[in-house]
Amino acid sequence: MTLDDFKSAAESLRTDGPPQIAAAATLDAWTDVRNALVGRTSGRLSELMTALGTLPKEDRRDAGQLANAVKQELEALLEAHHVELARAQQLGPAIDRSMPGRATWQGTVHPVSLVIDEVIEIFRELGFTIALGPEAEHAWYNFGALNFPTDHPAMDMHDTLYLDDLVLRTHTSPVQVRTLQQYPPPIRILAPGNVYRRDFFDPSHAPMFAQIEGLVVDEGITFADLKATLTRFANRFFGATKTRFRPSYFPFTEPSAEMDVQCGVCKGSGCPVCKQSGWVEILGSGMVHPAVLENAGLDSERYTGWAFGMGPARTALARHGIPDIRILYDADVRFLEQFAR
Amino acid sequence: MNVSHEWLKAFVPHTLGAEQVRDLLTAHVATVEGFERLRADLASFVVARVVETEKVPDTKLSFNKVDDGSGTLLEVVCGAPNVTLGAMYPFARSGTMMPAGFRIEKKKIRGFTSNGMLCSARELGLGEEHDGILELQTNAAPGTSLLSVLPIGDVRLVVDVLPNRPDLLSHIGVAREVSALTSVPMRSALDAMLPADADGAAAGRAVVVGEAQRHATQGASGGATVRRDDPDGCPQYLGAVIRGITVAPSPQWLRERVEAAGVRSINNVVDVTNVVLHGLGQPMHAFDLGTLADQTVVIRRARAGETLKTLDGVERALTPEMTMIADAQRSIAVAGVMGGQESEVTDTTTDLFLEVAYFDPQRTRQTRRALGLSTDASYRFERGIDPQGLETAMRTAIALMVAVAGGRLDGNIMATGAAPAAMTDVSLRAARVAKVLGASVSSVEIRQYLEGVGFGVRGPGIGGRVEVGDGDEDEEFLVSAPSWRRDVSRDVDLIEEVARLHGYDRLPDTIEAYRPTTVPDHPLHVTGRRVRDALVAAGLCEVRPMPFVKGDDASHWRVTNPLAEDEPHLRTSVLQSLASRAEYNLTRMTGDIRVFEVGSVFLGKGLAHGVGTGTVDEEVRVGVLLMGARHPRHFADGASPAIDAWDAKGLAERLARAAFPGAPIAVEAGEDPALWSIGASGRMVGTVCRVSLDAPVWASPAFGIEITLGAMPVAPVAAPGASGHAGVRPAVALPPVPVRYAALPTTPAAEFDLALLVPDDLPAGDVERVLRTSGGEMLERLELFDEFRGAGIPDGMRSLAWRLTFRHPERTLRDKEIDGRRSQLLKSLENQLGVKPRTA
Repeated sequence: MTLDDFKSAAESLRTDGPPQIAAAATLDAWTDVRNALVGRTSGRLSELMTALGTLPKEDRRDAGQLANAVKQELEALLEAHHVELARAQQLGPAIDRSMPGRATWQGTVHPVSLVIDEVIEIFRELGFTIALGPEAEHAWYNFGALNFPTDHPAMDMHDTLYLDDLVLRTHTSPVQVRTLQQYPPPIRILAPGNVYRRDFFDPSHAPMFAQIEGLVVDEGITFADLKATLTRFANRFFGATKTRFRPSYFPFTEPSAEMDVQCGVCKGSGCPVCKQSGWVEILGSGMVHPAVLENAGLDSERYTGWAFGMGPARTALARHGIPDIRILYDADVRFLEQFAR
Repeated sequence: MNVSHEWLKAFVPHTLGAEQVRDLLTAHVATVEGFERLRADLASFVVARVVETEKVPDTKLSFNKVDDGSGTLLEVVCGAPNVTLGAMYPFARSGTMMPAGFRIEKKKIRGFTSNGMLCSARELGLGEEHDGILELQTNAAPGTSLLSVLPIGDVRLVVDVLPNRPDLLSHIGVAREVSALTSVPMRSALDAMLPADADGAAAGRAVVVGEAQRHATQGASGGATVRRDDPDGCPQYLGAVIRGITVAPSPQWLRERVEAAGVRSINNVVDVTNVVLHGLGQPMHAFDLGTLADQTVVIRRARAGETLKTLDGVERALTPEMTMIADAQRSIAVAGVMGGQESEVTDTTTDLFLEVAYFDPQRTRQTRRALGLSTDASYRFERGIDPQGLETAMRTAIALMVAVAGGRLDGNIMATGAAPAAMTDVSLRAARVAKVLGASVSSVEIRQYLEGVGFGVRGPGIGGRVEVGDGDEDEEFLVSAPSWRRDVSRDVDLIEEVARLHGYDRLPDTIEAYRPTTVPDHPLHVTGRRVRDALVAAGLCEVRPMPFVKGDDASHWRVTNPLAEDEPHLRTSVLQSLASRAEYNLTRMTGDIRVFEVGSVFLGKGLAHGVGTGTVDEEVRVGVLLMGARHPRHFADGASPAIDAWDAKGLAERLARAAFPGAPIAVEAGEDPALWSIGASGRMVGTVCRVSLDAPVWASPAFGIEITLGAMPVAPVAAPGASGHAGVRPAVALPPVPVRYAALPTTPAAEFDLALLVPDDLPAGDVERVLRTSGGEMLERLELFDEFRGAGIPDGMRSLAWRLTFRHPERTLRDKEIDGRRSQLLKSLENQLGVKPRTA
């Protein structure tokens, strides 16, 4: 073999190699190509190396350098392509990325619970803890301890379901007295829970519904505290909004106040949602009646307090645009799944 | 309570608009929840001037050109005889809806286009006058709204009166508040109640009513006798006789007043009684004296078996607990509730017996409830009327009756009995006002507020401002409530008066530093929340159904007065509610149901849990119901298998760990019908079961889990008036036990599989127990990975395969050691359970 022959063989290897390497689509094909090109025993490069020895001595240096350069080029290409093929194998075959992903079932929290959670979260920041009480309750805790006059029209607002000598509590306020009897002041609690009224099931009434009670009792608690705390709550819960307090009546608070927030739909100008008043009633509140403190064995001269109660179901209906309260009780899975987050 | 804005002005001649009155009442007195313009149907009518008029020969018609303020004169055809050039009339443009319910259309009449209608009083619903169109005495420009010209645009304010303020169930009561808030003095009740027109008012004033005759129980005057035999049911009773009246339709002003109050006008006599009720808050009744046996009125209890047909035509069964108005022979009215039909005033009535009384609130309430009959009268008596207002009401009624129905008072007012005792005076310290309100309200203001709404205030004259906490406890008032305020018995009641009259919105709102509460979070709230989070993470939806079920009286508590007889009981299991909710979903073709609830159950009745305790035992539980596909379907997987018992068991373990963190959990074969019982720290806390549903054929099997989270004791905390915490500081909840870190292995593990032939009646759990004991400390993991029945496996047997993972903490295990362990395990299995490896 002449130097020219050697050179042309090396150049042809240099030209043939890269397309063959690029054409190797799998790691197996890559191995075959590598063996064919630079394999130690049968590859074209090893043939060149063998031929190198047959060249005249003065040509060997040039020829050797050329062969080495070709070898390095091909090996670099092979290495790079191997990395590429290995990565591709790791990624797997190409997929139709427009097809849907694999879903899992989505759990949901009931919309009424979502409201309760949010209220709790806000009052937690203000140092409240959670108290609970039974739904089957003694009439004394439900009425007498809360300063309800016996056989009085005030009772008409609490159409009661009876259970032998107990009642199904008509509000969460009995938890006030239970808590005051169990723990000494300072008291700052929220009491969420279900309450019962003898109301027929219709689009806006249910015989059982959730309520959230709040109670603060300590020395030096004032109506100014009540206003400030509940206004702050309203601003956190509904966004910065106007609030107003107006006189109301509950046997267990005095003075009593209803809190309204400006109607979020009409911004106060009047619409069907707020019955043209511009305001939406949010909660009832008031300074704890001294009789309630005394019924729980507390000194009503030393301690004062305030309390509030709200119905999270109404808020849930309003914020989600649910037209009928009964939907909250149906447990229709198609409804519940709408609350996936 | 329906309050007429115009009528209110008769009591307090203020100059506020109806909207301002509404806002004032809502802010300081009681919420105005309705605002109704009574003649909204006339809102589009305007006043128009006739600028040209021409008679059409041989007809009653005239062709007119009318200026309605629009800038163009309108041609209008009119049929009335009194069209006068230059006069102003109510005008309905074409397109206007008339009160009678038809629309004025543009019409062609004899070549003229008529573009609207000039209206008569009758066409506007303002009276029966139809002699011609209504000429308006006004200087208003044409085009002005009719309502702003005619005094017919009354507004009805619907006031939400709460049970503590019965005095607000009348115009006079609302007027007192408006008077206090505006500082405009009240007119006398009689002046405010007299006919709105000058002649009527003069006629009313002209009626002379002499001194009332006072008696303890019995009196006679004007030919009638009153006897009060039931002083408890009726502490005070006033009667009067009016003779020679003419029953007729009410005059316009009277009809407007009762209709503004939301009452249908009946006739002049009945309307006068209603106007007194809504004006002064005093219910009253007019009997046809001619129908009363012996012209005698007796207030007594009903006789056993007595009945009375009330004004609504219903025959009422009476009981001796009820107070009745009777004549010499029979009952003629249910006291304070409703009159009887036989003594009703009719068109032929000429002589009246008027009744004005104070009926006992509780008696009225009981009677009203027993009869299921609530009226405007019973509503007021039940809440308490003004006991000092009876005579004023009677005098007003007599004056009005004579003014509108003629006749004359025969004799005098007979007054028997006396008003209930006044409320005792209440002492109020200025410092206490500051302590409750957190605001400085001066003694002067306190006094002004209270006196403004009728309270008598004795005590220091003018004092300085009392600042919060300045210790000025000396300033003490002695306050006496007006007769119409029987809701005031403690100083806080007066503080509320001060607060509301001052204005809630004017009181400060400052957050003070607070001391932390002594109350720890209720453990059931904490547990409930953890359980809920675990289940939501597992793909379940929370539900909040009703706890009412159809159970049986032996094991379920029955609601004494249930809403629905088909669900009269309280549940003893959350799964009862969940099962009914699952069936609800199945009827709506939803079969993939994964729901849970954390809620109360009511035990203790009969045999619900072995033995009944006889008292309600309330427990808070979590219930889970699962059915349908295990996963949402995905194209790469095909249909998902249905949820099976193993899903339920796995979830039960997860749930129990969430409910009882750190406690050892055991889910073991349970007693029928439960599949498994769930134990926590050795205590049985719940079950896993199959749930049988009324389900369509396509539904997959349903599984339930129910775990008791804790008891919610119904027992009282302490006796009434006592506290249960004297000197005892509440225990602080212990912090949760933290997870201990286990060192990560540094040596390799050795694994092998064991496939064993296990008889069907030998629990796999027994095999596992042997494997664990014989596996020794180095057995790190034991995983059951296969169950197989069929070819090569004898009947009554199954092949179960476990993978065992061994590891030594410090060195690599040798093959010989592993082989040794394997043969040891097989030997133990054979010796202890007779279990052999599966061959081939």
